[in-house]
Amino acid sequence: MTLQTPLKPKDYASDQEVRWCPGCGNYSVIKAVQKVLADAACDPADTVFVSGIGCSSRFPYYMETYGFHTIHGRAAAVATGVKLANPKLDVWVVSGDGDSLAIGGNHLLHMLRRNVDLTYLLLNNEIYGLTKGQASPTSKVGLKTPTSPRGTLDEPVNPLRFAIGAGARFVARGVDTTQGMLLETVKRAHAYHGAAFVEVLQNCLVFNDGSFDDVAEKSVIADRQLQLVNGQPMIFGRDRNRGIRFNAQTVGLEVVTIGENGVAEADLLVHDENNRTIATMLADLDTSVFPLPVGVLYAHPEASFADKLEVVEHDAPTLLQRLDKALRSGNTWHVA
Amino acid sequence: MTVQGNAAAPSSATGARRTVESAVIRFAGDSGDGIQVTGSQFGLEAAIGGSDIATFPDYPSEIRAPQGSVAGVSSFQLQLAGHDIHTPGDRLDALVAFNPAALKAALKDLKKDGLLIADAGAFNTRNLQKAGYSANPLEDGSLEAYRVLAPDISKLTMNTVEAIPDIDSTSKKEALRAKNMWALGLVLWLYGRDRKTTSDWIEKKFKKNEQVLKINQAALNAGFAYGETVGLPSTIEPVAVPPARLPSGDYRSVTGADAIVFGLIAGCEQLGLDPVYCSYPITPASTMLHLLAKLGGDQGVRIFQAEDEIAAACAAIGASYAGAVGITGTSGPGMALKTEALGLAVAAELPLVVINVQRGGPSTGLPTKTEQSDLYQAVMGRNGDTPLAVLSVSSPSDGFEVAREAVLMAVDYMTPVVILTDGYLANASEPWRIPDLSALERRTVDAHAVPENFAPYMRDPETLSRPWVVPGTQGTIHRLGGLERKDVSGEVSYDPANHQKMTDLRRDKILGIARAVPAQTPVLGEEAGDVAVIGWGSTYGTIYDAVTELRAEGLKVSHIHLRHIWPMPANLGDLLKGFKRVLVPEMNTGQLVTLLRAEYLIPAEPLNKVSGRPFTVDEIADAVRAMIAEA
Repeated sequence: MTLQTPLKPKDYASDQEVRWCPGCGNYSVIKAVQKVLADAACDPADTVFVSGIGCSSRFPYYMETYGFHTIHGRAAAVATGVKLANPKLDVWVVSGDGDSLAIGGNHLLHMLRRNVDLTYLLLNNEIYGLTKGQASPTSKVGLKTPTSPRGTLDEPVNPLRFAIGAGARFVARGVDTTQGMLLETVKRAHAYHGAAFVEVLQNCLVFNDGSFDDVAEKSVIADRQLQLVNGQPMIFGRDRNRGIRFNAQTVGLEVVTIGENGVAEADLLVHDENNRTIATMLADLDTSVFPLPVGVLYAHPEASFADKLEVVEHDAPTLLQRLDKALRSGNTWHVA
Repeated sequence: MTVQGNAAAPSSATGARRTVESAVIRFAGDSGDGIQVTGSQFGLEAAIGGSDIATFPDYPSEIRAPQGSVAGVSSFQLQLAGHDIHTPGDRLDALVAFNPAALKAALKDLKKDGLLIADAGAFNTRNLQKAGYSANPLEDGSLEAYRVLAPDISKLTMNTVEAIPDIDSTSKKEALRAKNMWALGLVLWLYGRDRKTTSDWIEKKFKKNEQVLKINQAALNAGFAYGETVGLPSTIEPVAVPPARLPSGDYRSVTGADAIVFGLIAGCEQLGLDPVYCSYPITPASTMLHLLAKLGGDQGVRIFQAEDEIAAACAAIGASYAGAVGITGTSGPGMALKTEALGLAVAAELPLVVINVQRGGPSTGLPTKTEQSDLYQAVMGRNGDTPLAVLSVSSPSDGFEVAREAVLMAVDYMTPVVILTDGYLANASEPWRIPDLSALERRTVDAHAVPENFAPYMRDPETLSRPWVVPGTQGTIHRLGGLERKDVSGEVSYDPANHQKMTDLRRDKILGIARAVPAQTPVLGEEAGDVAVIGWGSTYGTIYDAVTELRAEGLKVSHIHLRHIWPMPANLGDLLKGFKRVLVPEMNTGQLVTLLRAEYLIPAEPLNKVSGRPFTVDEIADAVRAMIAEA
């Protein structure tokens, strides 16, 4: 699986012309992925990108690895089959918010609960791009689109809460505008043994431009993003003086300022990736009040789908004998 | 044909039995009466005793249908014979009715003078009312046309249990549930059968509950002894069915579902490939998943119970993409859900085997009843020009050969292959000579093999198949998908001329399979004549028997039976044109007939039935007689 002579990130780019709109957030994601593969010296011949339908699902075409651009919403199911047949392959799924959470929600749910050993990137732009801008299951309430001219009515799905609810053991979030953090997050996801789920907030500059500006625009990142580091107190802000504290009275999280009202760094909540309650609270934060948690919210090592599969190495002559034995088990009789 | 009649030979426990060539017997009762177990055990004893058998289990879709109601009747019919048989029979020589509802549902099928065994104990006021009887038919003289044996089986079973030492009171309450074993014992005796296999089966089945084990053994023995020792009326004579002259070899009983599973494994083994079976529970296809799960890792088979039908098809496609043989089994409604995925497998040109155990439709339809109404769906039911191969199974054991062929075809042509079977075939069983697996052709397929000048959509000139070359292969990295591909290079292409070419190639690849399948010959009769009766699937046995009868009458009738539904054998059109009339019996409103008319411009005529039950021999024979009389 590992190359003797590592490749460069650009060696993981295919010769196909990339057809995402100039400035699309997908470019930063593919750049991060290619770097992660290069850093891990992954053999492109053992690497498979599986996708569904949508802008982000064109991803496999641009990777110099094996790839399967399947049908709308079904990438998780196809990828599960790939792992069933050959658990040794390094499988990635790249999908969008409509693909993963509308038409393919059921497959994502079950892939996560089964802990299929693959890296799942959900590129969330809160809109249907390829079909020209309809509201998606993650669109914010009130978004005006061709299918919701007076604004959407439906509550959006929170992808991280969905993943945790489905039983995912690795749940993370990245943002297209913070390349370094995104790279680290994807790297962690790829290294995880089991289903690693990463939501990437990704700006669609044609149909939903600026949807994440309040948390992702370069000038606000320091104040509006909470970069999670395992074992470290939850600190954020331009001056690194704001933090997240657990309030036992409200059984919830609150934003505090170090040095105000007697708050010290020691009062802040320390991130513990292994703690699902913390992960759930972080996934649940209202980002109009709280900073957006980014990085690994939850990572809980557990036996993966493939670990539990009873894989018998292929030994054809013996197998035919076994079939013969099965045919002759139970009641048989001889006719002379 | 059955010759059991009312010959007044004295009934005797020890005396010589009169021989009959065949007998058709149906067990019928409440869906909780253990009818299916009783019938299959009788079938097994008959088969082990050397008879040929054909069975027809028929049960309601509810697990515990309303007790005592006609709708809740579960039945198991079988024919046993001293010769090769093809159907479970049309008219009954014997009916075992466990309650009035069962009698009501089945009596119309009992031959005049046939043997009726009824549990008099179950013919109480309440049960009679539920079945819609105003008077007890066992007492009102309405059954005079039949030979009736109506002991109080319930009470006799209870008495038997009372007599067993050390039976606790709780178990005694359950004793009535063993009345099916009592009846089985009696029928085994009447037909001169052993009860050892059943006795062993009880031993194994109830080994964890000694009380229940004893009760069932005692009931089985008591029923058998009842026949032997109680002076039965002279009209109720025990008979013997001689062993059938079957080809020598080791035999087992096989259902249509089992045979397909064995065939799938054998086919994959022939190619040295792993089967990956992905499925979602659905009646009547789940039995295949159950058997595979039981065989499990021991057979090198990976099974995957998916979250839905779509995921099952998609996971199977993913498995094929990675170098295994992806297989998915389902029934009509599930097939509908898999449709889009089948299109992907056609576009990506990956091997895939899809089994559709057809049931009555539309929608949820008749989940436990049989029908052949998914032929259009299999051949044509996809968006776009999306051709694939369709095979059909014609008897329970035929599933082995068809499934094997489907696996080989899917891999040779890199295509989905749909196997059409049906609820009747999947559940029915027959004796099957265990095939010599070592004699099967073995040719290892290497999914990593790289042809010279590799390109993902280069083609084998003979089959037009593209190379598999799965992930994990060095130097051949490429991408597949549902978007149209450029010929040879496999890159995404929206070029009009290329789409025309690729559409033609996909069509020609599938049509080309016809060159590799054997020429169609009649199963019975000449290659020309007055009437060709052409069928597909589970109507095989009935058409065969009907045509045998017609030919015995001197009529120029042939039976043609299709395994290759799509593409159809290359000579089929010419073969059919040799007949003055072509009759197409189908359990649908006329699907194959439409295809034949469209393909060959011949005036093929339909004969249709969609009652949830198979055709009878008479229905088909009479239709042919009528055709010939018109001429």
